[in-house]
Order: sequence, then C-alpha cells, then structure tokens
Amino acid sequence: MAIEKRRATAAEAVAGISDGSTVFISGFAGAGFANSLVAALRDLGPRNLTLVVNSATHRLSNTHELIEAGQVRKVICSAARGHDKSELSAFEKLHKDGKIELEVLPQGTFVESIRAGGAGIPAYFTPTGFGTDLTTGKETRRFGERDYVLEPAITGDVALIRADTADRWGNLTFRHAQMNFGPAMATAAKLTIAEVRAFSDTPIPPDRVQLSGVFVDRIVTIGA
Amino acid sequence: MKPLNRLQMAWRAGQDITDGMVVNLGLGMPVSVSDYVPADFDVVMQSENGIIGVGPLASANAADPDLVDAGSRRVTLRPGAAIIDSAGSFAMIRGGHIDVTILGAFEVASNGDLANWDNRIPDKGPLVGGAMDLAASARAVWVLMEHNTRKGGPRLLERCALPLTAVRCVKRIYTDIAVISVTADGFLVHEVLPGVSREELQARTGAPLAFTPDCRPLETPAIALPA
Repeated sequence: MAIEKRRATAAEAVAGISDGSTVFISGFAGAGFANSLVAALRDLGPRNLTLVVNSATHRLSNTHELIEAGQVRKVICSAARGHDKSELSAFEKLHKDGKIELEVLPQGTFVESIRAGGAGIPAYFTPTGFGTDLTTGKETRRFGERDYVLEPAITGDVALIRADTADRWGNLTFRHAQMNFGPAMATAAKLTIAEVRAFSDTPIPPDRVQLSGVFVDRIVTIGA
Repeated sequence: MKPLNRLQMAWRAGQDITDGMVVNLGLGMPVSVSDYVPADFDVVMQSENGIIGVGPLASANAADPDLVDAGSRRVTLRPGAAIIDSAGSFAMIRGGHIDVTILGAFEVASNGDLANWDNRIPDKGPLVGGAMDLAASARAVWVLMEHNTRKGGPRLLERCALPLTAVRCVKRIYTDIAVISVTADGFLVHEVLPGVSREELQARTGAPLAFTPDCRPLETPAIALPA
C-alpha cells in the first residue's frame, strides 16, 4: 500500500493522543509554533500531559491554552517566565499554587537531551550547568581539564511540529527559523505530527528535504 | 563625568569586536552591540534559534514572523547567513565555535563566576534559555552590566550571592564606569570613567581591584538613549 501520511484536519491529525502522554511542542521566538495542532489537542482534551516545550509562557504560542484548560501535569522547558511583569501567566499561577510540576533545563541541554533520545543515546555528559542549581544532585565527571554533568535523554509519545512543505512520504522543509526544535523532537517521539503551510503533490527534491519522512507520521495542511 | 548610558556601554564593548569573529549577543542590552560593529567587518552574529548571520532589525514592511532571533525580534539575514536547527545551534555553542558571547548579568565574581539567569522575582517563573550553554562554552564571555545595583550595592563580588549561570567563565566586564578583565589573580581594571578615582571605584566594588600600568580613561562617545 502506498505511503499516505496526510490527514484532512488538525482534529484527525491529533486523534488518539491519550491521557498521561508526553508531548513535544516545537517553536521558538515566534517561529515554528504548531499552534493549530495544539488547539486541536486542547479540543481533544487529554489530561495529565507532560509538555516538553522550550517556553511555557511564550505569548505567540498556544501552549498556555493547554495549561489553562488544566490538561498539563508537568512542563519540561528552558523558560517559564511570563511576559507581563505585573501579572502572572497561566503557568506561573498554577506553579505558584503547586498545581503544575516544572523541570527547567538549559536550552542546549533541553535540545541535546531530545536529540539524544531520538538517536538512541540514553544519557550524555555536558559541560553546561556544572556548578549551578539546575544540575544539583546530578552525576558529574571530569574529562581532561573540565567538569561535566550527566544528563538523561528525553523521549516522548507525541511531537507536534510546524513546517513549511510536506510530501506524502512525510518529508519536510522548513521556512527560515521555523526549524528550531522540530527535527530533534520528531526523532524522539513515537508519533510525530506536522502541520504545514503547503502540501507538495510531487516529491520534495531529496537534497532539499530537511527532515526525512521516516520521522514524520501524520501531516495536516494548515496554510500560511 | 556622567556614567555611560546603556548604548554607550554597548558601543564600548563593540570596539573590541574584531573582523571575522563569530559572536552571540544576549537578550537586552547586549543586542545593541551589533549597532556599533563597523559595517565593513564580516562579523557572524549567531542566534540560539539557529540563525547564523543575523542582520539588522527588519523594517515594518519587510518583517517576517518566521525570521526572528532568539529574542523574538523580527530580523534580516546578512549575506552568507545560514539557518540550522536548535540541536546544531547548540552544538556550535557547546562545541566552542563561538568566539565571544556578550551577556547581561546581575553579578560577576572575581574568579569569573557568572550569575545572570535568576534574579529571584517572587512567583515569576525561571528563565534560563541559552545563557548557561553560552557562558559555559563560548571561547570568551564578556559581560555588559551596570557597575552597581539600583540600591548602590556592588555587582562585582568575591562570590556571587545569586544562583550561578556558569563557573569561572567571564573574561571581561564592561560597566558604566570601567572596563575590567578577570585574571587568575582577580579583577584587573583597564579603563576608568574620568572623574571616578581608584578609591571610589574600589569602594563601589565588592572584591579587590588591581590596575593595569597603562590604565586609561574610559571614552564616552556622544550617543543618547532614545527618548
């Protein structure tokens, strides 16, 4: 049977994501947020989710809608500070009241842990964070003249990513800074769902593919 | 003489950028440094989100929501730019391919320890971002910060009181009244604002200062803050 990864709607694309899932959400600094898929996940309504997302509070991401809807048990991120200095964000309110768990990682550790998870590496040593509160209690080792921290890989159930174009094999291209965490997250999830601007009826030229369709399971065309 | 304003501080740090450097500028005051790098220099501005070769801010009609830097600013690309993913961007950072990162800070210790990520605002969430990776692994870490806190307390200390970003990493500090390097023997002053005596500078600093034999006056170019 021919490979066909297209789904007609975002709702169909997120179908089956269940309570307790670990969900990656790509996007950084306004580019590459999988906001249509996040909205569909909110409507689907699974609870007790662990989100792996760079920022728990970015104003251009729909991540806060999942948090406000009470669907999120834990967030793993590198930034959880709301934009507004005088008012707390949805995440900050829940965190202050002890209703949501938080794990903060340096951004390079965040993405390398995901990359390692997708590449079959269970843990790795990094110099980042040595001697800081963020790595308290973690195993350390000296290699040569430097000290390193042992960081575990991160894997998950689902990745929601945004790309520019897809073909029916799931091959993806990204536009400008959209790529960010998408490729790493796609490798580390059991199920990767991509929302794209446009579907390509012809195969994407192989040397222009930025993420192989091997890592992508479902595609939905959202438009620009 | 008045202390340097934030743009004058950025200008001063910009004078030490050399042609061909790969540079990462932290959020806030450090991003202004790019305005003071000579236009004919080929300096590669790296942004953590994977833009290698960030150009000036985009004009309103050229702004593209997919073309942003790590600070969510809509930017342009310099000739020769490349765009990579986050894993590659941090491989570049952690692997020692960044010549210099210029970061804001709350505190720097005389052994080079840096505290710049958690200023303990009650109930606000933490914001670490890429600072720990940059501080740990850029080939040089320069800090841009006011010499003293708003209450007048020292930011240059024997030991940081705030949570650390990275240990023994800072090489140079550009403040509003001095340019100081971090050596194996502690803080070494290279430039001081005219009108600030060595005694006053020492009194405003929380760790012993040494002075270079050719310690110079800190230049104050005519750059006003925007109204």
